[in-house]
Formats: sequence, C-alpha cells, structure tokens
Amino acid sequence: MDVLELARWQFAITTVYHFLFVPITIGLSALVAGYHTAWLRTGNTQHLRLAKFLGKLFTINFALGLVTGIVQEFQFGMNWSDYSRFVGDIFGAPLAIEALLAFFLESTFLGLWIFGWGRLPRALHAACIWIVHIGTLLSAYFILAANSFMQNPVGYRFNPETQRAELVDFGAVLLNKVQLVTFPHVAFSSYMVGGAVAMGVMLWNLRKRTLEARAAADAVETGGATKVTPTADDLTMYRKASRVGAIVMLVASLGVVVTGDLQGKVMTEVQPMKMAAAEALYDTYEKDAPFSIFTVGTRDGKEEKFAVTVPNLLSFLATGDFHGKVEGVNDLEPELQKKFNEGKLTSADSYTPNIMWSYWSFRWMMGWGGICMAIGVWVLWITRKGRNPVNRWMGPAALVGALSPVFAMSIGWIFTEIGRQPWVVYGVMTTKQGVSPSVSAGEVLTSMIVYTLLYGALAVVEVKLFMDYMRKGAEPVADDGEDLPGGHSDGSKNDDELSFAY
Amino acid sequence: MELTTFWFIIIGVLWTGYFVLEGFDFGVGMLLPVLGKGKADSTTDAAAGQAGEVTDPVTDHIGENEKRRRVLLNTIGPVWDGNEVWLLTAGGATFAAFPNWYATLFSAAYLPLLIILVGLIVRNMGFEYRHKRDSVAWRKGWDTAIIVGSFIPAILWGVALTNMVRGLPIDADMEFTGNLFTLLNPMSLLGGVVTMLVFMTHGCFFVALKTDGAVRHDARALATKTGIAAAVLAVVLLVWLGIEVGSVTSWVTSALVALFFLAALAFNLRGKEGLAFTGTFVAIALFVLTYFVMLFPNVMPSTTNAAWSLTTENASSSHHTLVIMTWVALIFTPLVVLYQSWTYWVFRKRITTNHIPEAVDPSRPDPIKVH
Ligand code: HDD
Ligand code: HEM
Ligand code: HEM
Repeated sequence: MDVLELARWQFAITTVYHFLFVPITIGLSALVAGYHTAWLRTGNTQHLRLAKFLGKLFTINFALGLVTGIVQEFQFGMNWSDYSRFVGDIFGAPLAIEALLAFFLESTFLGLWIFGWGRLPRALHAACIWIVHIGTLLSAYFILAANSFMQNPVGYRFNPETQRAELVDFGAVLLNKVQLVTFPHVAFSSYMVGGAVAMGVMLWNLRKRTLEARAAADAVETGGATKVTPTADDLTMYRKASRVGAIVMLVASLGVVVTGDLQGKVMTEVQPMKMAAAEALYDTYEKDAPFSIFTVGTRDGKEEKFAVTVPNLLSFLATGDFHGKVEGVNDLEPELQKKFNEGKLTSADSYTPNIMWSYWSFRWMMGWGGICMAIGVWVLWITRKGRNPVNRWMGPAALVGALSPVFAMSIGWIFTEIGRQPWVVYGVMTTKQGVSPSVSAGEVLTSMIVYTLLYGALAVVEVKLFMDYMRKGAEPVADDGEDLPGGHSDGSKNDDELSFAY
Repeated sequence: MELTTFWFIIIGVLWTGYFVLEGFDFGVGMLLPVLGKGKADSTTDAAAGQAGEVTDPVTDHIGENEKRRRVLLNTIGPVWDGNEVWLLTAGGATFAAFPNWYATLFSAAYLPLLIILVGLIVRNMGFEYRHKRDSVAWRKGWDTAIIVGSFIPAILWGVALTNMVRGLPIDADMEFTGNLFTLLNPMSLLGGVVTMLVFMTHGCFFVALKTDGAVRHDARALATKTGIAAAVLAVVLLVWLGIEVGSVTSWVTSALVALFFLAALAFNLRGKEGLAFTGTFVAIALFVLTYFVMLFPNVMPSTTNAAWSLTTENASSSHHTLVIMTWVALIFTPLVVLYQSWTYWVFRKRITTNHIPEAVDPSRPDPIKVH
C-alpha cells in the first residue's frame, strides 16, 4: 500500500474509533445533567443515585473520547500536510476555536464536577455538568463546520498567487447549508445514543435486580440468608430510568429522521453523485424515481439484476417532490470528467465513489436506527403501568439497543466520507493531493499499527470497566448530608476526607 | 504591529501556558515513584509488596505509600485535563494562523510526535482509570502508564522545540528532507533532558505548595537536587543555542531564565514555597520566550538554505483569517484564564494522607477483592 492508502485507512480507523465515544459523551452528559438537576429540584435521592451512576459510566467513556481526540488534532499536520497547507486558512479556524471555546470548557468544568462534590454550592455544582454538556455541543458545532466545508466548500476563494484556498466569509463557513442540517442530525443522533445507552444499562439492571429481589423473597421463605437485597425502591428507580432512556431516544429519533430527510435534499443539491451512489442509481430518472430497499447487482456493481423498491420515494427524498428528477451515475460521471479533469488539484480517474459501500452503509445507518427505535418501543411496552418484567429478551435488547445507534452513527459517517471520494474538499481538491509528501509509507504504517494496537487494548479495558460498573448498579447514597453539598460550600465539613479522590 | 507578529506572540503564549501548567503535571507523574514512597512506612509496604498485596482485605486498609501516591495524583486531579487543552489550542491556533508551520512541523516531527501522543494517551488513561478498580496489579499497571507517559512528553517536547529553534533541513517546498536521526542531534537531546529536569523541579514545587506532611517535606528536598542539575544543563543549553542562533535580546532573556530559576531554588531552601513555584513558573515562561525570540522572524529555519526558511510571513494565513482569529482570541483567552484560575482557587486546600479515604472509591460498598 502507498502512503495515500495507508493515510486514508489510518484516518478512517482513528476517526471512527474516536466517534464511538463522542456521541456517548454528548448524549450521556445531557442525561447526567438532567438527573443532577432533577435531584436538586425534587430532593429525590433516586435522582442523585442515577446522576452519580451515569456520571461514572460517563467518565469511563469520556476518558477514551479525550485521548483519541488528541490524535485527531495533530493528524492533519502529520498525514495530510498538503491538505493542511491548502485549506488551513479556512479549516484551521474552526479547529482552533473548538479548542479555545469547547475543550477548555469541557475539561475544566468536568474536573470541577467530578471533584466538586461537597466543595461547591449545590446549584453551581450542577451548573458545571451543564457547562460540560454545552461544551460538547460547541465542540460538535465547530468540528462539523470544518467537515461541512469539506463536503460543500463555501465562503472562500482560490488565490492563484499563494496557490491555496483563502477565507472570504467566515459567516458562510459557519452557516454552510450542509452544516445547518448536519449539526442537528448529529446532535439528535447523539441524544439517541445517550438515551439508548441509559436505556440499555437500566434495563439490564432492572432485570438483574428483579431476579435478585425474587430470589431473596424465596430465600426468606426457606430461611436462607442472602446478600444485599434490592428494595422495591431500587426496582422503581431502574424501571423509571429505563423508560426515561427509551423516551429520550425515541424523541431524539424523530429529530434524526426529520433532519436526515433534509440532509438528503441538501446532499442531492451539493453532491448529486453521492445521492446516486447511495441509491446505486446508474440511469437518470427524469421523474418518479423509486427508492430501493434492497438490491442485487452484477459482480462489478455496474448493473442491477434484482431490486425491491418503493415507487417515487427517492424522488421525494432527494428533491422533496414525489415526481422530481434524480440523476444517475452514468450521466454524472462524464459531466464531472468534463468539468474537473483538467485541473491539477481536481483531476481523477473516476468521480464515482465506491457504490457498494455507499449503498449499503446508507441502508445500515437507517437500519440500525430503526432497530433501536423498535427496541425502545418494546421497552416502553413491557414496563408499562408499573410492571417490572423479567424475560430472556431483556439482556439482548439492552445490548443491541445501546449499541445500535452507535453503529448507525459510525456507518453514517463512513457513508458521508466514502460518498465524498475522490474528493477531500468537494470539487476543489482530491484526496490524493492532500497527503503529506515528506512522510514515508513506513512511518504511516508504523503509526497505524501503533494506534490500532493501542486502541484495541484500550477498548478491552474500557468495555470491561464499563461492564463492571454497570453490574454494580447505582450505589446507595448516604442520606445524612454527607453527599449533600448544600450546607458546606466551603468544604469545611469535608475537611477530613475528600468526598471524591483519585 | 503586524498581525502575523501578533499571532507569533499568541502561539508563544499558548506554548507558555502549556508548559507552565502541564509542566508540573509531568513533574508529578515522573516523580510518582520517588515522592510516592515514604521512608517511615517502607518496611511494611515492601513486605506487603512482596506478597503482591498492599491492601489488607479484612479492614480494607491501604498502605502509606499508596496514600502518598494518591495525595500526589489528587493535587493535579481536577486540573490536568484543562492544562492539556493549552496544547490542543496551541496546535489548533498554529493550524489556523500559520498552516505551513503546522504542516511542516508535524510532518517533520512525525515519529517523535507519535511517541508523544502515545505517552499522553497512556498517561491520561492512567489518571482516569487508576482509581476505578481496587486491585494492586491494576494500580501498578496504571502507575507505570502515568510514569512513562509523563517522561516521554516531558523529554520529547524539549527535543522537538529545540530542533525547531536550531533549524532543520527544509526544501524549497517547505518540506522536511531529513529523517528520525536528523531530529536526534546532541543539542536537541540536551533540550529534552533540560525540559525533563525543569518540569521535575516545577512539579516538586507544586507538590510542596499543595500538600502537607512528609510528602511536602520530601518534595522540597528533592527539588534542590533536580533543580541544581536542571540549572547547570539549562545554562549549557542556552549558551550553546545563544552562540548558534542567539541575539542580544535572547541573551538578556536567557540570563533572566537563569536568574528566576536560581531564585526559585533559593526561595525553596528558605521555605517560601509560593515564591519558589512562582520562580519556576516565570522561568519556564521566559524559557519559551527565549526560544521564540531566537526564532523570530522565522518560525522554522531551514538549515539547507536560509532562503527556504518558514517565516511569520510566508507561513501565515491570510489577513482576513488572522483578523477573525484575533477577535476570537482576544475575547476568549482571558475568559479561559479566568475560569481556570477559579478552579485552582476552588481546590486551593492542601492535601495530606489523612484526606485520602480508606476505600479507593468511598461510595462503593464492597470493593472488588483481588489476589
Ligand atoms: C460531532 C462531534 C465531534 C466530531 C465530529 C469530532 N469530535 Fe472530537 N470531540 C467531541 C466531538 C466531536 C467531544 C464530544 O466534544 C469530545 C469527546 C470527548 C471529549 O472530551 O470531547 C471530543 C474530544 C476531542 C478532543 C479532546 C478534547 C479534550 O482533551 O477534552 C480533541 C483534540 C478532538 N476531539 C478533536 C477532534 C478532531 C480534530 C476531529 C475531526 C476529525 C474530531 N474531534 C471529531
Ligand atoms: C467524526 C466522524 C467522522 C468519521 C466517522 C469519519 C470517517 C472517515 C472515513 C471512513 C474516511 C475514509 C474514507 C475513505 O478513505 O474512503 C475519512 C476520511 C477523511 N475524513 Fe472523515 N470522518 C469523520 C469526520 C471527519 C471530520 C469532522 C473531518 C474534518 C474535520 C474529516 C476529514 C476527513 C479527512 C481529511 C479524510 C481523509 C481523506 C479521505 O480518505 O477521505 N472527517 N473519514
Ligand atoms: C430515516 C433515518 C435517517 C435518514 C433519512 C438519514 C439521512 C442521512 C443522510 C442523507 C446523511 C448524509 C449527509 C451527507 O452526505 O452529508 C446522513 C449522515 C449521517 N447519519 Fe443519518 N439518517 C438517518 C438515520 C440516522 C440514524 C438513526 C443515525 C444515528 C443514530 C444517523 C447518523 C448519521 C451520521 C453520524 C451521519 C454522518 C454525519 C452527517 O453528515 O450528518 N442517521 N444521514
């Protein structure tokens, strides 16, 4: 493999990995903040327990989001130096602003939240976790603005003297029409992930504690002794919390679907080739394009043999009109060849992205989302009217429910990025022009192996730790005021021991 | 002043923020095995350590050494992540204001940077995960991660920045033409040892300021040792660099580095911890200043042909981008400084081994037993 291919693989591996943790961070921080605030307002210690429980899972996950993010920040300069030189004038600004506005907020206030129990006035302490959440959203906004520029470059001009793209209108970059649909789509997806993870964790605990409570009741009858028995209160807490998770996820999923539909239209407008690839649409439909749910093509994917379709749906998805025209690959390719094949930065052998990947990743994204929603509805159904059910589907449902939106998000990104190929900046610069000329294949291969092994090992540790903490469940909290920060914001009462310590 | 010059200064300020803050995090991490070991208690711990078990499973009592380590880690617990963001901001700001500098520097220092990133990753994971499971083997593993992950960046940042100041083979296309061994020259390696020792000393002063009891006492004693070594080597480095690339201004700032650093050591001997820490704080800032003074108006001098050097002019972004970034920086940097300072204020109390709860995680009713 050459430097280009290696660098692409490396970017894909590190970014997809980073993005496994990102949506969990965005989504869970909102839920933790919600429970923390609910406790302040109601004084209900169940809310405090849940805030602390989800808070622990959140920090376990955050650690990995953080360390993998550091790699992202430097990766452009290391592997994509020509890209960095070419678009740095535009692309660097959102990255720098992200660090200055978002990362400082997240890291500083998360430290305050974690170590602040008993040291800060209650309301201020709860505000800290909200600020963390706002930080994650700001971070998402600016990085997505950078990515949207790559999808649909706006607000710049090419300077022939410096041979690079230069910023003319920063407002246009921040309000890119791709950005305006991408940011809400990603934000809603992240809430879906947060809700689904909470739903999964709580559902698993509900089942386990219900079983324990039943076993304990049996043991009392037969005179046997047991360990700590979950109380009715515990069961109510887990049941309610799994319902809250499911509801958050389902409400967010509506947002995901609506914004996803808008994205489809914007995408068709700015990158018609991506829509054609996503639909494996070779021939242009002058009107009434059908949406293909499933298709079997020839080996080389150049022709379709068998397909299951919904009439007119694609026209609607792409144009908002059931009779709209949708262009196909066979017409777009020569058009793009004619337009771009002359330029040094824009010439490419083919302007068609990998059709197989584009087609199936688009479907899997929606598919995983659909699976998650179905599980959410099922969870609401089995826990309706105060029921604490036990059945053998709850375990698998918890696992698949929690992971499916995470998969949907990874695959959504894989679709977005693969569908953009061969461009790194659509219509302006091809990916192969962006790679670092002074870096050798050996160097990229080395770093790729190092990252892959390291990330693999960290994944094992993180998953194990996450599962252990999930199994422990929400700890009981001492109700004697020890955990209640209100009275002693100066920390006086906690002088002897740190209420949280490394 | 030219905007490009202004941004050159901002980048210097961001690196300064990174080194004065994360410098003591590195120091604490590197000294974990030294300051984390008490003299009085060492017999019991050594015996227990041989059996592979420091924790007494019956009372869940933890050894004195473990408590000392946790005191050390808790001094930086709430703040290390915020400190690290100075680096991310320095990186991002370089990308935004000087894309060519960002591109050349990071693709040139490819392998050292990779190692730095790995170091930072394992160190951060150590901070975050070490306390999350009550097991000796687990803690030992993460201790190693923290120690190694602190040494690596503390040394390699010195190597990388010294290379940047002294110059690298760069061609007419602003591309680095050397290899790993170009980067590992004696002067840059000396730079790495200096940053390592300086950060150790800085870390000692921070610990002395933030703790009480035996840890505080030991940190002060150790600071003198690492400090003297740091002072000697730093003077050699600055004189060497001064002869090769220095200017009148850089000689003045170099002298000030030495002055403040020695003052810090003197204050430490007289028990003035606050002033000692301020001393290394200012000395490190002046050290970065010296490097940037030596650089200007280059940002990466070329040793192949001086005309191919990257300068604040040919490496910079367009005027328009710099104007926007200036506004952003002027509004938000003070805000960041304000709330970060507030964090230090919130966690200003000294920590002692008495503050460390018995169980690793106090809210956990049944710690996982490990053998
Ligand atoms: C949609 C949101 C999103 C996207 C597309 C990305 N990130 Fe990210 N990133 C986050 C959302 C986020 C976050 C939620 O804000 C994180 C997760 C954990 C954290 O600390 O913040 C984060 C962490 C994080 C960190 C560590 C921050 C810290 O130390 O606290 C860095 C340096 C980056 N990211 C950089 C990047 C770069 C250069 C990306 C582009 C390839 C990228 N991220 C994609
Ligand atoms: C966070 C979610 C993201 C994921 C999962 C993701 C995924 C990917 C994947 C799979 C590729 C490889 C495509 C291929 O080689 O065929 C890629 C390439 C790339 N992406 Fe993304 N991406 C994400 C976000 C971003 C963002 C936010 C940016 C810019 C700020 C970005 C910039 C790039 C670049 C520079 C490449 C390399 C060129 C290429 O091979 O396409 N990506 N990304
Ligand atoms: C009916 C449901 C959905 C539709 C119509 C839809 C539509 C789209 C479209 C058209 C894109 C590509 C945008 C582009 O090329 O720039 C996209 C990307 C993406 N989707 Fe979806 N999507 C749906 C469901 C989901 C779900 C359930 C998730 C995750 C929980 C998800 C996460 C993502 C992500 C992370 C991206 C990549 C980032 C982006 O460009 O927005 N999507 N989606």
